[in-house]
Amino acid sequence: MPRLSFTPNLERHLSCPSARLPGDTVIAVLTAAFEGNPRLRSYLLDDQGRLRKHVNIFVNNEPVADRDFLTDRVADGDEVFVFQALSGG
Amino acid sequence: MAQRLHLATRKGLLSLTPSRGKWRMGVTGFLGDSVSTVLEDPRDGALYAGLNLGHFGVKLHRSDDGGRTWTEIAAPAFAEEKDQPPLDPMKEWPPKKTGPSVELLWTLVAGAADRPGELWAGTIPGGLFRSTDRGASWQLIESLWNDPTRPQWFGGGYDRAGIHSICIDPRDSKRMVLGISSGGIWRSSDAGATWKNEGVGLRNAYMPPDKAYDPLSQDPHRITQCAAAPDTIWCQHHNGIFLSRDAGATFREIKARAPSRFGFGVAVHPEDPKTAWFVPAVRDINRTPVDHRLMVMRTTDGGRSFKTFTNGLPKGPTFDLMYRHGLDIDAGGERLAMGSTTGNLWVGERQGTRWTLAAPHLPPIYQVSWG
Repeated sequence: MPRLSFTPNLERHLSCPSARLPGDTVIAVLTAAFEGNPRLRSYLLDDQGRLRKHVNIFVNNEPVADRDFLTDRVADGDEVFVFQALSGG
Repeated sequence: MAQRLHLATRKGLLSLTPSRGKWRMGVTGFLGDSVSTVLEDPRDGALYAGLNLGHFGVKLHRSDDGGRTWTEIAAPAFAEEKDQPPLDPMKEWPPKKTGPSVELLWTLVAGAADRPGELWAGTIPGGLFRSTDRGASWQLIESLWNDPTRPQWFGGGYDRAGIHSICIDPRDSKRMVLGISSGGIWRSSDAGATWKNEGVGLRNAYMPPDKAYDPLSQDPHRITQCAAAPDTIWCQHHNGIFLSRDAGATFREIKARAPSRFGFGVAVHPEDPKTAWFVPAVRDINRTPVDHRLMVMRTTDGGRSFKTFTNGLPKGPTFDLMYRHGLDIDAGGERLAMGSTTGNLWVGERQGTRWTLAAPHLPPIYQVSWG
């Protein structure tokens, strides 16, 4: 399963430990994380489910291309990182 | 309980309490976070803080113990539109969603005494939301959002239009008046089920001449309602000061001599509808105090004349600007407060005739609110 981990800056607002989660797209992995942590969703996604403007997600070393539907593919063993962009603070 | 003044600031929720003739400042919560609005609900004492976390979006918290502990509750949000990714990704990639998302919780208002648990919120973009359960859930007022004229609203200072003023008639809580930048004055007489764009008589100086009196393109920077005479609504507009005696249906422009009639905030005396305060700035293209000198203007005759007060305010050059929620009067009608985008906080005793710098060097202040 892919592993999802978060910027430590999110810990100021809510607990979000790294976890191995099922899913073959970014949105599927995130949805699995939201099931156990429903508050997390609005910190990462806006009202329409788009990735927030100043949040970045990388799959391994590549930023996701589809920020609105988050359909980028992920594979077993991939690292999915949620970062806070340096803009927008 | 001692009177308390809440400050929504760029770096947290601050509160001031009187202590031995001075004001003692404390951090009530959210140190380092941007607090866009604060409400102390007079019906049950609950405190609400609306946050703009920048990276992580708009959030809302409630405290039932005066700010000692906080619980995150639902924030107003638009429903997710059921867009689907395009079937052929070669035609449009990456795919885009177009639906709205709350960018700022601009104002939060307690419902009327006869509607316990009811809260109203105004946002950017211009959504009006209602909660009937102390913020546990929110509903968009779709009758306003879906009004066919809404696409003509435009941003004033922000990229998108927003709702910053919500007035609820204490005699009849079904009667509501909104101030929208820039979408004019909107009234409802059925608790938000239907809305009408009124505010006839408001004049703008920034549209083509034939649109000067178009109610839809007015930019009321702030409207406030007299608690004891709710048909009186004062409006600090983008290019003038206006007064309504019929709860926002019509307005009359105030043309009395004044250092300037540009500004953001307006406070009205809770008992005397003829008395109101303003903090003048030069004009829209130069949002600094007139002649670099901070002053407060007061009318006590319904706008026939203004007096200016500088007692206790800085004598030297100043660049302090009070934003639209940065001026407030207490329920007793004797004490005012104003907080600037430069981060200074003044308290005005004796109906704003004698001012004291209560706290300097604060973060930019978005709202001052007497508890």
